[in-house]
Amino acid sequence: MFSQFKEWYDKRHEYARDWKQRTGGKVMGCFCSYVPEEMLVAGNILPVRVLGSHEPQNVTEPYLFGMYCPFCRDVLAQGLKGKYNYLDGITLSQSCIHLRQSYVAWREHVKVPHDYYLYMPNKVQTKAATPFLKSELEKYQAHIEEITGRELTDDDLDRGIKIVNRNRDLMHQVYEHRKGDTPKLTGLEAMYMTVSAMWVDKEEHSAEIEKVLAQLPDRQMDRDTGARLLMVGSENDDIAFIDMVESVGATFVVDDHCTGTRWFWNKVEPNDDRLYAIADRYVKRPPCPTKDWEERWRFPHIVQLCKDFNVEGAIVIQQKFCDPHECDIMPLRKMLDDNSIPSLFLEFDVTVPIGQFKVRVEAFLEMFGVDDLF
Amino acid sequence: MSKYKTEPLKCWQKAKELREKYYKDYQTAHETGGLRWTGGAWSFDAIPYGLGDDVYPLTGEPYAASIAFMKDFSLECLEATEAKGWARDLCSYMRNYWGSMYLDKWAFGGPFPKANFAWQDHICCSHGKWDQHVAEYEKIPYFCIDVSVGPYNDLDEPKLKYVVDQMHEGIEFLEKATGREYDDEKLIAAVNNECRHTSTWAEICMLNKHKPAPLDEKSMYSLYVFGTLSKAKKEFADFMEEVRDEMKYRIDNEIAALPTERCRLISDTQPPWAFLKVFRYLEKFGAISVGSLYTFALVGIWEDKPDGTWGPRTTPAQQGIKIETRDQALRILADWNLSKPEWQQFYDPTIKTRMMKRIYDEWELDGVMLHLNRGCEGLSCGIMENHWGLTHMDVPVMSFEGNMGDSREFDESRTMDRIDSFMERLGLKKLD
Ligand code: SF4
Ligand code: SF4
Repeated sequence: MFSQFKEWYDKRHEYARDWKQRTGGKVMGCFCSYVPEEMLVAGNILPVRVLGSHEPQNVTEPYLFGMYCPFCRDVLAQGLKGKYNYLDGITLSQSCIHLRQSYVAWREHVKVPHDYYLYMPNKVQTKAATPFLKSELEKYQAHIEEITGRELTDDDLDRGIKIVNRNRDLMHQVYEHRKGDTPKLTGLEAMYMTVSAMWVDKEEHSAEIEKVLAQLPDRQMDRDTGARLLMVGSENDDIAFIDMVESVGATFVVDDHCTGTRWFWNKVEPNDDRLYAIADRYVKRPPCPTKDWEERWRFPHIVQLCKDFNVEGAIVIQQKFCDPHECDIMPLRKMLDDNSIPSLFLEFDVTVPIGQFKVRVEAFLEMFGVDDLF
Repeated sequence: MSKYKTEPLKCWQKAKELREKYYKDYQTAHETGGLRWTGGAWSFDAIPYGLGDDVYPLTGEPYAASIAFMKDFSLECLEATEAKGWARDLCSYMRNYWGSMYLDKWAFGGPFPKANFAWQDHICCSHGKWDQHVAEYEKIPYFCIDVSVGPYNDLDEPKLKYVVDQMHEGIEFLEKATGREYDDEKLIAAVNNECRHTSTWAEICMLNKHKPAPLDEKSMYSLYVFGTLSKAKKEFADFMEEVRDEMKYRIDNEIAALPTERCRLISDTQPPWAFLKVFRYLEKFGAISVGSLYTFALVGIWEDKPDGTWGPRTTPAQQGIKIETRDQALRILADWNLSKPEWQQFYDPTIKTRMMKRIYDEWELDGVMLHLNRGCEGLSCGIMENHWGLTHMDVPVMSFEGNMGDSREFDESRTMDRIDSFMERLGLKKLD
């Protein structure tokens, strides 16, 4: 049922090249999940989130100091190895300082026809954030118009908003099927769906979700759900890891990741001022920890997810050296604990020691098994 | 074989006293009904001065640097932070500060003085989070201003307004958090003091273009620090002018920081504070570090002069601008700070590379030392690009790994070896 998403996940570059050829459109590499995709879609540009490949590499050292997170180094490695050589442009939407270095190194050494640094505000909790981001989106609009050679009209923006909102809506509907006693899909399948949405044409992706949604209610899962887990933390699209966890007596029922819910959870609320509406969506979305201060907006949202999806335990993932998440993990685990959700903390590098992690995950899952006896 | 005469800095004792008084004032503020706030070296400290003359800041980075200098106490603090479960690769200043707070030990004796509120600004990922934790732990109110609006050359009205709007919100916060009425006149005075202080510091650094250099980097650490403790404090701005005058005196009288100066270098970020002897080691070769982008520009505010050189930014007062309203003061303060050279690299390391090349040319240097500083994700941001860029501009570069605030991450003998080979590359042998 989810094989198309898996294929898109596995063959992301082939897909983008093919899309480019058949549509004649441009392709934009997106650094970070804060890039306003609605605007790209409005300009008939395919947004493609640049992610790593989880393979060992030795090409980034001259440009990126080893104290920065493995994800940002992996992202740079993809560029230096020419994996994304079909891109017409790259956009960084300002977030952590780790990923911004990958962007600069791409700009300097990979060389893409167009590059753009979008000054996404870091203080999303100030009322000045949305007006400021709106003004930045006006500049980004001019950049898109320059790339495409045509004006981005209100109708275009409405279409972009509608297409991306629909994709979000549909993913929400799929997530609903994870709430029941027997989730109708695994965390791995959910991840194939959400992550592939980051580079597949949204309308094609939505059409595929609709096919899946038609079949999901009748789907019989031939596996035990086991412990219902939340996956939370730094960027993670490590398929092998998720597969491993779900093979030893657990199911991921929800996540708080920039490659998951954080990216698609809220919608653009239509408004006559289209750019204001888009800006407001990105300011109010579930925040990355690097933008989650002074108050904590992230934690109540995570608690709500845990309640809605009946979460029993959490796997807290941190990319090594990821300062934003390192600053959240201690209070996050305490918050989970306060809500009677035990957590297991795992630190990720470019490659993941699956064998070692398996032992730790199994030990963690034992605590849920014991509860079942009584 | 001294080429030049030298003499100790006359301002040294006063610098020491002022710094001690700063920490004492903070510690004892509550005894006289004053207020304490904690935050960062880049916090807009001019703004809380609008609450009164009895408002005392504690800026986290220089406080943590003081801890780092006390190797044993630093280790105690770092271990206390690790014991709470925090990652060892987080900002080492933050870990030293948090450790001191957890241990309830003030680096200068006594319990850790709790602040009335936290007042931070945000450009590095750790800023907003550092004081979020402090505020939660100490149960104090917290306000933080995001300044991540891009390089100064691209500044426009919406970007400036974003920062200024937050400053206005910040004043509302201060009134609410302290119950005090805000005094715009005090804000205006503080903004003028800050501009005077930070421009004068840039002038002092500019005077170090002179050969022989009147100041070495190690001494600069004891002087630039006032800009990190409180840029807007009148006493400190006045003191900077005294330092500037002493620099002029040293230049007029050919008084060198290093009497054997024959090789001029700079470094880039914070040094490994527990190992400042690195600088003394350079002296054995007749090499002097005449500063760093960090000491010049962490607080120093610069501009392009008509002759194309880099010099102190002209202050509003020097331009004849009379600040009359709160909004005008805040706009000037935001604009002034957004031009801070050390903030530019956060967006684009090529800007830092160009600044370092400029210093290399204008200060007539022989080489550059890059500290691959594992303790500071902010100032190490883009450092390999700097290495790449400077090397491609034929600047001799030496890099060494370390950590400004965690002495466990500094390999002293390896660094000295690297200095030896760098000196050899520059054709220098140890002086007899
Ligand atoms: S948020 Fe963390 S994982 Fe993501 S790019 Fe930044 S440092 Fe890396
Ligand atoms: S990492 Fe560096 S720039 Fe960031 S808060 Fe720490 S000392 Fe400051």
